[in-house]
Amino acid sequence: MDNNAEGTFFLTGKDFSRAGTASGSLKKVLENMGLPSNVIRRASIAAFEAEMNAIIYAVAGIMHYYVTPEMIRVVLQDMGQGIANIELAMTEGFTTAPDYIREMGFGSGMGLPNIKKNVDKLTISSVAGEGTTLEFLINLDKTGEGGPE
Amino acid sequence: MILQQLVDALSLEVITQGTDLTKTVTGGYVSDMISDVIGNAGEGYVWITFQIHLNIVAAASLKNLAGIILVNNRTPDKETLARASEEQVAIMSSPLPAFEIVGRLYDLGLRCR
Amino acid sequence: MTLREIITILSAEILSPKDLDVIVEMAYCADLMSNVLSYSVPNALLITNLTNAQVIRTADVADMEAIVFCRGKRPDPDTIALAARKAIPLLVTSLSMFDTCGRLYEKGLRSDAVSGK
Repeated sequence: MDNNAEGTFFLTGKDFSRAGTASGSLKKVLENMGLPSNVIRRASIAAFEAEMNAIIYAVAGIMHYYVTPEMIRVVLQDMGQGIANIELAMTEGFTTAPDYIREMGFGSGMGLPNIKKNVDKLTISSVAGEGTTLEFLINLDKTGEGGPE
Repeated sequence: MILQQLVDALSLEVITQGTDLTKTVTGGYVSDMISDVIGNAGEGYVWITFQIHLNIVAAASLKNLAGIILVNNRTPDKETLARASEEQVAIMSSPLPAFEIVGRLYDLGLRCR
Repeated sequence: MTLREIITILSAEILSPKDLDVIVEMAYCADLMSNVLSYSVPNALLITNLTNAQVIRTADVADMEAIVFCRGKRPDPDTIALAARKAIPLLVTSLSMFDTCGRLYEKGLRSDAVSGK
């Protein structure tokens, strides 16, 4: 079985018909690699939230994933309004989502906190008016297990 | 407990065609906020919701939920149904509001841990 | 059942006191306030995870008797004060919304079976 994988997904802003397909595809890749289920769950949650943020707030985005025996790494770069205050955005319940988004059940302000809870390292950088880059890592220990939840 | 038993006990209408009703149900989750379900719902849970848009299928698929029960006679659009069949996510519906549906599922022994 | 009984069933904490012998006959759970306005029943207990001021205003307009927040979620002091001004009792339980509804249903609380279009 191959312990390495990498791939790319293109995300289109406001394209809710395809929302979740990138993280869903990543989940299948991880399942096919036979990774532990808790790792797959953590990576899927984090990737889904990152994907939804790009679709809800940005014009377009690219998600790259890299899997090695040591780690899962996901980098999502988007072009769009960016995040004005990252620290504030990390607060549970804080959202800039408009009403129609909230009516769909998004914009509860839990997206970034959900990512943070499920990954081992999270880095976010943003330029207002240009876009955001979000990167997260989930460590796989030497036995390929998922580390702490 | 399997989905078919819930369908029978609550007289649910099964809207999707060809989805697996022998899936084991391990608990229940009631929420209309997607991040809440993504962050907290357990694998094999049945999800009770008001939401009918396409993304409920993505969320259910991602979390390996047993199926979705729509409340208040809510019906999903064709796109959502098509995606649900593709992804093998069973969607059922009931005329009852969420509180009643959850109450009856709780009576059957389902919990949300 | 009375608010007092509800507090016991849910091991809930009361945030904004009122007469605990007030009787509630129905219950409704929702996170989308537009849902509450379209479908809910007056004089019911609103069960929700949403803790912003909008919940209080919606409960007021929809004539809900009291609000219980699940998963230990608490509104901020301003929201609690707003509820007090509107004389709407607020409860918090650590239970999930599913178990909250389940326990109350088990003890006899019901929703009005109002179906939408």
